[in-house]
Amino acid sequence: MSSMNIFNIAGSGMNAQSLRLNLVASNISNANSVSNSVDGVYKSRQPVFAAELKSIMDKNDAASRVNVLGVVESQAEPVMEYAPNHPMADQAGYIYKPNVNTVEEMANMMSASRSYQNNVEVLNTTKELMLQTLRMGQ
Amino acid sequence: MAINFDNALGIHPQALALREKRSELLASNLANADTPNYKARDLDFKAVLNNTLSTSAQSLERTHAGHLAPQRDVLGATVGYRNPVHASLDGNTVESHIEQAKYSENAVQYQASLRFINGRFSGLMTAIRGE
Repeated sequence: MSSMNIFNIAGSGMNAQSLRLNLVASNISNANSVSNSVDGVYKSRQPVFAAELKSIMDKNDAASRVNVLGVVESQAEPVMEYAPNHPMADQAGYIYKPNVNTVEEMANMMSASRSYQNNVEVLNTTKELMLQTLRMGQ
Repeated sequence: MAINFDNALGIHPQALALREKRSELLASNLANADTPNYKARDLDFKAVLNNTLSTSAQSLERTHAGHLAPQRDVLGATVGYRNPVHASLDGNTVESHIEQAKYSENAVQYQASLRFINGRFSGLMTAIRGE
């Protein structure tokens, strides 16, 4: 039964979205972790999604799963803050805050959870249809 | 008199197979809603079904082992791309609400085909039992 493919597709979608949700959680929870150097500061992490090239090229099987190519760190500059009294301050009196944009992350979170829900919905409907198909003729 | 299942069931088994293929495509669209540069795909059900019906009527005779078999895939290989209403920056053409509407529409039509088949089967059962 080729419907099993749908489970794989929706499953890969859920996998990708849950990774995204995890990264959002990581970004938000580290939004306030300060550091005393540019290199040591936490950098915002984002997932990279791609459709499977093989299945895009295949004319007879156009359905494609979601591939997670990896996780990249944002190249945006960390936020420098002048806080000479802070225990983590460097010699010039600066602390470094992560380049996490909390508002952006919240929007990201909403988008990821909605996409996840979509995939769950697809799974449920497919399961229902398959069960009905199995009962065919009874 | 022999019972011919193909005649008894009509085009519904093929319709069911196509619906299943289509739901796969739509599920793939929904799963890739956030994939950059993914293009939403769909198949024109009517055209594909016509295509399937016409090719199954006239099959080419193969007189040599080296002859290639004609493609008798249910899909007929006409998977098109969706024209999005709104363009998005990352090149993705999936619009979740539209895909969801299509998906549920397809699911209902799948159930309709299934119901037709079930009806034909119960008709056959009645004929076999002779009630």
